[in-house]
Amino acid sequence: MKYTPHTEADIAAMLSFLEKSSLHDLFADIPCDALCNKEMKLPPPLAEMEVRKRCEELAGKNVKYSSSFLGAGSYRHFIPSAVKTITSRSEFYTAYTPYQAEASQGTLQAIFEFQSFMCLLTGMEVANASLYDGSTAVAEAATLAMGETRRKKLIVSQSLHPEYREVLSTYLGTGERAEIVPLPHKDGTVDIESLKSLVDKTTAAVIVQNPNFFGALEPVQEIAAIAKSAGAISVLAVAEPYSLGLLKAPGKLGIDIVVGECQSFGIPRGFGGPLLGFMATQGRYMRRIPGRLCGKTVDKDGQEGFVLTLQAREQHIRRDKASSNICSNEALCALAATVHLSLIGRKGLREVAEQNIKKAHYAAEKISGIKGFSRKFKSPFFNEFVIQCPHDASRLIAELDGKGIAAGVDLGRLYPDMKDCLLVCVTEMTAREEMDRLAGALSELSAPAVV
Amino acid sequence: MKREDMHYSKEHEWVALEGDIATIGITHYAQEQLGEITYLELPEVGDTFDKMARVGTIESVKTVSDLFTPVGGEIVELNPAVMDRIGGEENADFHPENLNKDPYGEGWILKIKISSPDDMSDLLSYKDYMAMIGEDA
Amino acid sequence: MLIFEKSSPGRTGYSLPKLDVPDAPLADLMPGDMIDEEGKPLPEVSELDVVRHYTKLSQKNFSVDSHFYPLGSCTMKYNPKINEDMAALPGFAELHPYQSEGSVQGALELLHQLERFFCELTAMDRFTLQPAAGAHGELTALMMTKAYFNHRKEKRSIILVPDSAHGTNPASAAMAGFSVVQVKSNDKGNVDLADLERLLTDDVACLMMTNPNTLGLFEVDILKISEMVHGKGSLLYYDGANLNATLGKVRPGDMGFDIMHINPHKTFSTPHGGGGPGAGPVGARGELVKFLPVPLVNYDESKKSYSLHFDEPLSIGRMRAFYGNFLVLVKAFTYIISLGREGLLDVAHLSVLNANYLMKALSKSFHLPYDRTCMHEFVLSIKDWKSEGIHTLDVAKRLLDYGFHAPTIYFPLIVEEAMMIEPTETESKEMLDDFVQALICIREEILSEPAVVHDAPHKMPVKRLDDVVAARKPVLRWDPNA
Repeated sequence: MKYTPHTEADIAAMLSFLEKSSLHDLFADIPCDALCNKEMKLPPPLAEMEVRKRCEELAGKNVKYSSSFLGAGSYRHFIPSAVKTITSRSEFYTAYTPYQAEASQGTLQAIFEFQSFMCLLTGMEVANASLYDGSTAVAEAATLAMGETRRKKLIVSQSLHPEYREVLSTYLGTGERAEIVPLPHKDGTVDIESLKSLVDKTTAAVIVQNPNFFGALEPVQEIAAIAKSAGAISVLAVAEPYSLGLLKAPGKLGIDIVVGECQSFGIPRGFGGPLLGFMATQGRYMRRIPGRLCGKTVDKDGQEGFVLTLQAREQHIRRDKASSNICSNEALCALAATVHLSLIGRKGLREVAEQNIKKAHYAAEKISGIKGFSRKFKSPFFNEFVIQCPHDASRLIAELDGKGIAAGVDLGRLYPDMKDCLLVCVTEMTAREEMDRLAGALSELSAPAVV
Repeated sequence: MKREDMHYSKEHEWVALEGDIATIGITHYAQEQLGEITYLELPEVGDTFDKMARVGTIESVKTVSDLFTPVGGEIVELNPAVMDRIGGEENADFHPENLNKDPYGEGWILKIKISSPDDMSDLLSYKDYMAMIGEDA
Repeated sequence: MLIFEKSSPGRTGYSLPKLDVPDAPLADLMPGDMIDEEGKPLPEVSELDVVRHYTKLSQKNFSVDSHFYPLGSCTMKYNPKINEDMAALPGFAELHPYQSEGSVQGALELLHQLERFFCELTAMDRFTLQPAAGAHGELTALMMTKAYFNHRKEKRSIILVPDSAHGTNPASAAMAGFSVVQVKSNDKGNVDLADLERLLTDDVACLMMTNPNTLGLFEVDILKISEMVHGKGSLLYYDGANLNATLGKVRPGDMGFDIMHINPHKTFSTPHGGGGPGAGPVGARGELVKFLPVPLVNYDESKKSYSLHFDEPLSIGRMRAFYGNFLVLVKAFTYIISLGREGLLDVAHLSVLNANYLMKALSKSFHLPYDRTCMHEFVLSIKDWKSEGIHTLDVAKRLLDYGFHAPTIYFPLIVEEAMMIEPTETESKEMLDDFVQALICIREEILSEPAVVHDAPHKMPVKRLDDVVAARKPVLRWDPNA
């Protein structure tokens, strides 16, 4: 299939206008003998129905589990049909970045509304138009904190998502840029005594996640206060923002910067991408926030409108002194989240969150009631929890995979001392029968491995 | 102080020295080049700098420019009208447009207690600055 | 009106099945002091309210599906609809990244195949598909550069960037911990070899380039530049933003580039989405492959299966969570297999044909700073009209009234009152002729009634917006307390 309109006649007319005899003449500048037309192994063109067949064949080789207890930063939530209706409007998805504001008021108002939603959820005064994902948002927050405090020490909770910690390490862990200090966890949440002893006047930021990677609820207010007492910036990462349907807004608890992931709001899991990172901060960090910001203004006639603003922070103006190099972000995903949150609304956010926590507790109780299985941590949790199993979680997962159940995440892959631990996620999408079936399958396997 | 009595840097800043306190701002030419000024990133009172150190930035809608101090010394005062936040709170009297409208008066940026009067000798007189930017004094 | 202002307490736009497990008070499940009793003040609207609200917003936008977007450096080509359908297949969209490898063989095969296609088209040895955007890819490549020299125990702190470079280049370099030095362009619009020679010291880690460059001009001395750079032990980086001009015809690896990134949302037709999501695959050759982020997707011939490969001791690590913007990459894959070999080779020919046609048609009425055959884009300057009080911005805004999105303006920085135009290969001769007509009309207006250009746009949902007040007194959200 080709998408170019040129007929032979068109090409002939245009070449004639250009006084060239062939298309290749247009490339006369190129040292073609050296460079052009090398052998490339590429397939022949396909008709649209052949393309569809090939893709469907590849999609068909993947398993869509009817019963999935996988979370760990990528969540199965219900997405109302109307979200797709809006994001598949080509006026939105084939639009460009709204630099020409007068031709982009739709995109810009949607961004303004997204920023507003992020502020409402987190209790903050400023939020940007999106970042790539939760992990890079954490790295950007750390950079902001270091620039703002002119300090280098980053205290990073070990109950922060391992991949987020890896990314932070890639961005800032080499050379002399930052000093990354791990903050251990105790019974599944941040070890507060450790935090108190680690934080000092060289600390730029304290970075924790809530609910954390284990699903546990952290003492956010206390952590914020400890950071503040040393003049450090508190950064809270939220990978499961539906938790904000029940939890107090971090901005009201003394947190300085909230970052995280909004994939839960209207974005399919998509094998890990695209995702939707966000950053929301107290007003005083407005000028340091990376990424695009949409602001309200007026036009020549005094009519309300929206523009990208404070662009002097960004790469296209500030170049090597920019707060970040980010250019393309996750705009269409932000639109999806905006529409999703508009549909869910005040009541829906609460109700979905309540179903998540109640169903998760049902599952946790049921599973920990099976002989040999127990909850690893006593700490309160939202929609994920860790189960200690009678043998390696990996074996268990493999067995249940055969039954069409994705039982959870093998924590042994990420925490060497937790090989017998399974991270289980339950959402409003998880039916009671699914949880009962999981419990049933686990009890069949609960006989310990033969030594 | 009158424009003719001030001194100028090649980076288009003016310096008005009274005793050992130098007031610093940007010239009319500079504000014209920058366009509508929207924000200033400033040092803190008490910070010390060498001559020609970068002390902050001046932002307009379409560009950002470094702000240098033509003389070395200690910052003793900042013009509250050019600060968007004071003491961590939003400043209701934030008027960055002063740099455009009245660059030599209300648009002053900071006052620095100079550490070495010799620093003044490298600066241009009004006549020399005007010649530099290609205009008659 | 904002969606928040349409809220009416009690309205809902969602539904949930009844709770199917025994209910329990929240206070039994979590500490009371953590519970938000008030709830977050999200709007309460019906589904119709939401659909109508966002449908109306969409109608205020220009988009490729409705308008010609000759934006230089953005490659706003047509986004084929089959791409959207394939990315929405549940067998792709509903995959969790931590599913067992055996359950995602189709996804891994797609990624592996896509990587092979990218390697063939660019003469790179391997690609990481992890970065989320072009700038993210640049950062990845520069971090790899840093790791490469650290591994060789060579201290190199400088990145060279042409003065015509896109802003992300120096920004990425600074983020990766390098300092940036600009290389001048000569009067032909190419990298000035003498200036490059002067700046190429042993402290230079890398020269970042686009070819053709941001003026739409092929760097004719590229082989010499490659020789010079490699002679000093430095690396040559290819910014893939302009790959459309030479796709399949000239490959970065053959020109001497060691490392590069691709913008699928430019060259490979994935939609711009109003600013994202894109992707930023990074390709590398030779020694540099070892430093690519993990995981890579490998194929085991003996087991006939695909797997995620993490064991690379010299890898810079992870650049984001999971594997990449997978659903965006599905669209790039769909596009490539659709066009196939012949279609991909057509892209360069026809995008360059369209650009040259447009340039010649406009050359009689507008000033061309570089009078030579261009590639897929060209720059013109409006500086001759400054005397009428007209700037490039005004012409851009007036073009909106004529039903065209403006070209890229004020970039590259080295051309005064620049307007950078890239038609892409998916536009017809008729559309190009219409665009030329519109610009000629605007030029007439500049001479006869400049105010109509100066005060444009007149026909858009809003008139010219005040970005000064937006920057001086930023209002960045709806405040429930205001």
